[in-house]
Amino acid sequence: MSRRLYDHLRLNVFPTPYCTGCGHGILLGAVVRAMDEATIDWDKTLFVSGIGCAAWIPSPHFKADTLHTTHGRPIAFATGAKLANPELNVVVASGDGDLVAIGGNHLIHAARRNLKITVICANNNLYGMTGGQMAPTTPLGARTQTSPWGAEEAPFDLCSLVRGAGGRFVARHTVFQIHQLIKTLSKALTADGFAFVEVLSPCPTHFGKLNKVPTLGDFREQMKSVYIDRRRWDKMTPEERCDKVPTGVWCTDNIPLRSAGGNKMGGAE
Amino acid sequence: MKPTIEHVPSPLAPGDYFMMGDESSAEGAIAAGCNFFAGYPITPASELMVRIVHRLKDTNGTFIQMEDEIGSISAMIGASWAGARAMSATSGPGLSLMMEGIGYAAMTETPLVVVDIQRAGPSTGQATRPGSGDVFQVRFGSHSDYETIALSPWSVQEAFDFTIDAFNLSEAYRVPTFVLADESVGHLREKVTVPEKIERWFRPTAKGMPPFDTEDEDGVPPMPLFGQGEELLVTGSTHDALGFRKTQDSGVHRRLVGRLVGKIRRAAERIARHETYHVDDAEVLIVAYGFSARAALEAVSELRQTGVGAGLFRPITLWPFPETALKEASAGVKHIVVPEMNWGQVVREVERILHRDVTPITQVDGEGMRPETILDGIQNLRGMKL
Repeated sequence: MSRRLYDHLRLNVFPTPYCTGCGHGILLGAVVRAMDEATIDWDKTLFVSGIGCAAWIPSPHFKADTLHTTHGRPIAFATGAKLANPELNVVVASGDGDLVAIGGNHLIHAARRNLKITVICANNNLYGMTGGQMAPTTPLGARTQTSPWGAEEAPFDLCSLVRGAGGRFVARHTVFQIHQLIKTLSKALTADGFAFVEVLSPCPTHFGKLNKVPTLGDFREQMKSVYIDRRRWDKMTPEERCDKVPTGVWCTDNIPLRSAGGNKMGGAE
Repeated sequence: MKPTIEHVPSPLAPGDYFMMGDESSAEGAIAAGCNFFAGYPITPASELMVRIVHRLKDTNGTFIQMEDEIGSISAMIGASWAGARAMSATSGPGLSLMMEGIGYAAMTETPLVVVDIQRAGPSTGQATRPGSGDVFQVRFGSHSDYETIALSPWSVQEAFDFTIDAFNLSEAYRVPTFVLADESVGHLREKVTVPEKIERWFRPTAKGMPPFDTEDEDGVPPMPLFGQGEELLVTGSTHDALGFRKTQDSGVHRRLVGRLVGKIRRAAERIARHETYHVDDAEVLIVAYGFSARAALEAVSELRQTGVGAGLFRPITLWPFPETALKEASAGVKHIVVPEMNWGQVVREVERILHRDVTPITQVDGEGMRPETILDGIQNLRGMKL
């Protein structure tokens, strides 16, 4: 990372609390670089996060306003802050359990509402901070503390979920697709409506140890084979797609935007 | 630090109006400078939300209907830190959902106002019927230690006045504050007088100072806002003066929670308010609040006509409770009764304060408190002959 970007970090709290091989540190760096690429004013940026490992990406590492909320609610907190001060760039960064399980209702309504906020969902496929329990993103058959014989429930496809709910800008990358990830995050930060970026982030400590992907290197190989560019995905047959997940950006135009500040909707009396 | 105080012309033309308690509370909010409302429809509080949608449009504020009450309280906290005077209105079931955010607001010292129009519970209960069952919920509903402020209006006028007071207290003490009305007041229609000038208190927003600790005696630190370049760290986890998480430090936890509780307890006698009627020569003291106090005042009048020395003590703040005033008003009285539209909540507080026998009079039938209920309860007291 360029030395200049260190100005945006609270260096006194480093090193991060993340385990060896955790992808969240990569995502932390990617967010800082994307903020820079998109030339976002850090003083006018509010980072909102919930509870869990990913919620600690902005809080306390980023030198900006940060709001570390209750579990699952960062999008609802962010909605209030954005409406009260539309000049704030409001960026939610939190985990899959936080945003999609306990906070799933807020996620789909925020996508439907299409208020201009950016949501970055670090998806490590389970609950890391509490020791590695099953999440609604745990792949079918994957072992966790609470699915010791393999998950029996199909996971959410987060991007399809958010697109289905009306998300304006929806994207997915792994932390290993670092250049695409930074570029996508920078676009998401400047999107003209609700933007959602799912970022696959390895958890060797909990997920890796139970699912035969013990190291970051193993994760990279596994993720490379599963998470493929959507341009490749689009050309595949249904059979070829069965164990693959597409990555990239999905944009939907012409979704009405929720105005921030004032009751401007509804027009004349 | 002390709040700054402004006097502004009333946004609603001064004069007399005839309106519903819910509506008058919405007008009180606008008068108090409320510029953010997040809500979810619920009987019997919806009329407040419906009124404020229009009034916020008039005053260029923001209204948002959230997906649930958890979303409402969360949005209010985000808005409050972005500088808004934020409010919601709900009833018991919605308040239950809000409890997570109430605890967070207490922990992060976020000013906000919740108007609770109480209905008969528990659970879904009787949605359109009155009750007073949320007295403890607004004080102890979220987990662990914190303090709140709650005001109990008995009239449509007070629904207006106390909503303004709730905003001011919430800002001054950086604490979630409740207007704890019951359905009987929320849906009551009567006269409201809107004054010329409204007094508004604002939280101190001094920049460059720790937002989560102070050496000031009042224990209320200034609250900078998002977007001012203050690089704020706001968290519901235990935090130091600057907002850094200190989840393993016993000293920081003791100091933080001690201050959250202490800043209200030390100010309790200043915040606490009450009214008394005929207590000087009373042998029977009725302690009643909200709509029940109206029935109690009628009972006092009827008792006085039959020669019984009855008096009314009406707590206006239920939290903090006007303890000293209650002790003074009850000195020398033979009997104390507490009529409530619940199975006995404030009666416990009265017993705790006075350390003596207090008789609860409960009316839990989804009806507004009747004077006869109170008279019957007093009739049954040992040695009373009516």
